[in-house]
Amino acid sequence: MSRTGSHGRRGLAVALRGITKSFPGVLANDHVDLEVRWGEIHALLGENGAGKSTLMSILSGLYQPDEGEILVGDDEGGLRPVTITSPRAAIHLGIGMVHQHFKLVPTQTVAENVILGVEDMPFVLDLDAVARDVAEIADRLRMPVDPTAPIWQLSVGEQQRVEILKALYRGAEILVLDEPTAVLTPQEADEVAAILRSLAAEGKAIVFISHKLDEVVEIADRVTVLRKGRNVATMDVADTDKHRLAELMVGREVATTIPKPPAEPGPTVLALEGVVVRNERGLVALDHVDLEVAAGEILGIAGVAGNGQRELTEVATGLRRPDAGRVVVDGKDLTGASPVAFLDRGVAHVPADRLGRGLAGNLPLADNLAMRAYRHPPIAVGPAIRRDRMRAFAETIIERFRVDAPGPDTPARNLSGGNQQKAILGREITAGSWAAARGHRPVLVAAYPTRGLDVGAIEHVRARLLEQRAAGTAVLLVSEELDELLMMSDRIAVLHGGRIMGVVTPEETTIEELGLMMAGEAHR
Amino acid sequence: MTAPFRIGLEKRLDPPPYVRWLVPILSILVALGFGAVVIGLAGADPIEAYLQILAGAFGSPAAWLDGEFYAVSETIVRTIPLILTGLAVAVAFRMRFWNIGAEGQLVVGGVFVAWVALFLPELLPGIPQTPWVYLPLMAVAAILGGALWALVPAVLKAALEVDEIITTIMLNFVAILTYQYLFTGPWKDPEGQGFPGSAPFPEFAWLPRIGGRVTLGLFLALAAAVVVWLVFDHTKLGYEIALTGENPEAARYAGVRRAGIILAVMLLSGGLAGLAGFTETAGISHRLQQGLAIGNGFTGIIVAWVAKLRPGWIVLVAFLLSALFVGGDQLQISMGLPASIGAFFQGMILLFVLGGDVFSRYRLRIARRAHVISAEG
Ligand SMILES: Nc1ncnc2c1ncn2[C@@H]1O[C@H](COP(=O)(O)OP(=O)(O)OP(=O)(O)O)[C@@H](O)[C@H]1O
Ligand SMILES: [Mg+2]
Repeated sequence: MSRTGSHGRRGLAVALRGITKSFPGVLANDHVDLEVRWGEIHALLGENGAGKSTLMSILSGLYQPDEGEILVGDDEGGLRPVTITSPRAAIHLGIGMVHQHFKLVPTQTVAENVILGVEDMPFVLDLDAVARDVAEIADRLRMPVDPTAPIWQLSVGEQQRVEILKALYRGAEILVLDEPTAVLTPQEADEVAAILRSLAAEGKAIVFISHKLDEVVEIADRVTVLRKGRNVATMDVADTDKHRLAELMVGREVATTIPKPPAEPGPTVLALEGVVVRNERGLVALDHVDLEVAAGEILGIAGVAGNGQRELTEVATGLRRPDAGRVVVDGKDLTGASPVAFLDRGVAHVPADRLGRGLAGNLPLADNLAMRAYRHPPIAVGPAIRRDRMRAFAETIIERFRVDAPGPDTPARNLSGGNQQKAILGREITAGSWAAARGHRPVLVAAYPTRGLDVGAIEHVRARLLEQRAAGTAVLLVSEELDELLMMSDRIAVLHGGRIMGVVTPEETTIEELGLMMAGEAHR
Repeated sequence: MTAPFRIGLEKRLDPPPYVRWLVPILSILVALGFGAVVIGLAGADPIEAYLQILAGAFGSPAAWLDGEFYAVSETIVRTIPLILTGLAVAVAFRMRFWNIGAEGQLVVGGVFVAWVALFLPELLPGIPQTPWVYLPLMAVAAILGGALWALVPAVLKAALEVDEIITTIMLNFVAILTYQYLFTGPWKDPEGQGFPGSAPFPEFAWLPRIGGRVTLGLFLALAAAVVVWLVFDHTKLGYEIALTGENPEAARYAGVRRAGIILAVMLLSGGLAGLAGFTETAGISHRLQQGLAIGNGFTGIIVAWVAKLRPGWIVLVAFLLSALFVGGDQLQISMGLPASIGAFFQGMILLFVLGGDVFSRYRLRIARRAHVISAEG
């Protein structure tokens, strides 16, 4: 596939040569070479912790390389070496980055976030004009966003769009996206793919990091695979396929399906009865939702982001009080009870927003892993905490869930995205087994548990979830990936506009039917 | 024309350990260097002035040989309340509760102490009038007073989300004016010959001295530092305070009750500030009089911040700052420099340490201009 010509740019947009970067105890990038051409979509693949984000952060001026050279191209095929000292210097060079963890100010509006940090803004801001510009770019790219909405009201998916808008508004010609579709619905991901294609057709150079091989094969022109900080291959997508890519990443063959024994559902453990929730904007987010999850069962929740998933997981874990209806856990009415009451009853929760809710990034990993356990012996002794036991506890989770981290004392924010996810998952599953040991039937509310994980880790996490199911945990699995839902769930409930459109079993439904129900066009 | 170099800052991902202590020390040295310039401008010899400060704060070897430790003991006297207010502020700041009200809490603590010392013996003559009974009673009263005063902004914040910066600042004024009214009005010593102040406390309500004017309050302050360290690092409460400070949403998710933490933090914070009111009244003035509200509550903010909210460092920083105060007072006497020189140094140190903090989190990068694309590029 060649897209050169139409946009009139020739040659390379960027070249990274021999980039090396180490963190204390970790060699994140080891003499990496990477060339990106104008007008191409270049995918960057690799396991969690392979060094993808680090490499792109170097390109966007966030980190400085220990060794190596960065060159940027002009339109005629020339290259010149540059030193990119800051994200601001990067944007002067036309390099814009959308980060894995959003960098938005929650209390400010979309438009305000878009102009935040933009230099040469006029002294007197015309926010209405900015809002119009933002709306216009959004429109052109078919990304509906309300420029006047404050960020905290937006779903994770909507925030992602704001990040893309932000980079474009600043005039990025080389656009780097760190797992842009990890948090998007398949539809939204398709939209982003279309956006990236049209940007590439304009001659922009696009680098995107992804763990989704289907997507890479579908939208990228070329792909580079990193393993343990090294570039193991760069090739045309046309010359390769998913399985080969997976093997290159992991260094071994990866199972894409895992054996799932038949369900042995026990009694109902988690029940929502006629739950009504109004969200922060006063709109009905959940509209008389009835759901039951049995012990030893995985109930999948399908739906386009922003259709009530967040509210559903919050109600089911006590983080939000329903406006009407009841939440019953193992026969006990917990409506309006505190989050602690839910925790004590064995309701664990893998939240959608890792760094916003699941972790305190500046605290050591050990403290983060103890979030559920610090209240109970052996870590707690009366009002005191045994730090040695907390560390030991953290170490067992790190080992059992294969969290790749220098140790329990590293701040959680220093872990790669996928490893943060593994840490949270390990903590929550462990919390469930503790609750089981205290005689409760555990519930696991897992929102997008495999988001941002590499193929090997996904396999691992799914196996763990099935293990929980086999051990009698009631699992509520919220996901945007229909493949995952079909593979993992015993039943699937579809959410649309805060309502349950129907509950189906994977055997008797199809992706098409689920799609229609998610769009609100079919009932079951 | 632009310089051929461009200096930029790069974020240090994990500051190497030596940076943690090197940077603050360098910052203080830079502050002192800057101070030297100002002293020079004021017409004095900076080296001479610093030697005077050292001598004023710690004495001289000759004096030590004579068994004369007056200077150090005065420095320790000033250190005691600063440790306590520094701890008070650190407890609150650790959960990002901006308690600017330690001054008021200290004063209310002192007022409660004075009430116990002045009126309880008459009210309940049955209570044995010995230090063994009265001092603990007064200490508890001080903690209660400070804690109650801190409870007001805590409740307002927990229940109504009222901004604590405003409430704690305003309550300082209320506390200070009330205390001034008390010792110039209803509690004024009838035998004081017009001197503004309450009657002296009975002697059994005096904190025993252990050397110079240093009282047992020193051990109280050190014990408080140990307690705060234990709370921070080895209790559920400390864990929850840190979690709430770092990420309130994660804390809620972990089941931490926010209102409960705010109340607990402010009771502890106010109680510690109140204790400083105890060491100052029962230990130094032995009555309620002018001089209780001399800014220890505010200096505590500097102490806590420079010490990065760590109890062990708070003790050290409190000692160094009070050495500057005491030594600075000396300058006024011996070299005729303004008394405010001590406060000036404090300000400088805070400024440079906070500024220097940037360098422990960022690293200086010098890049050649030709390779840097700036606005014109
Ligand atoms: N700021 C940091 N301090 C210390 N170590 C870090 C830091 N950032 C990244 N690392 C380490 O460097 C390695 C590479 O991390 P990076 O975030 O680049 O991985 P990644 O390929 O983006 O992974 P993921 O797919 O999980 O996002 C990891 O081992 C990580 O723990
Ligand atoms: Mg990453």
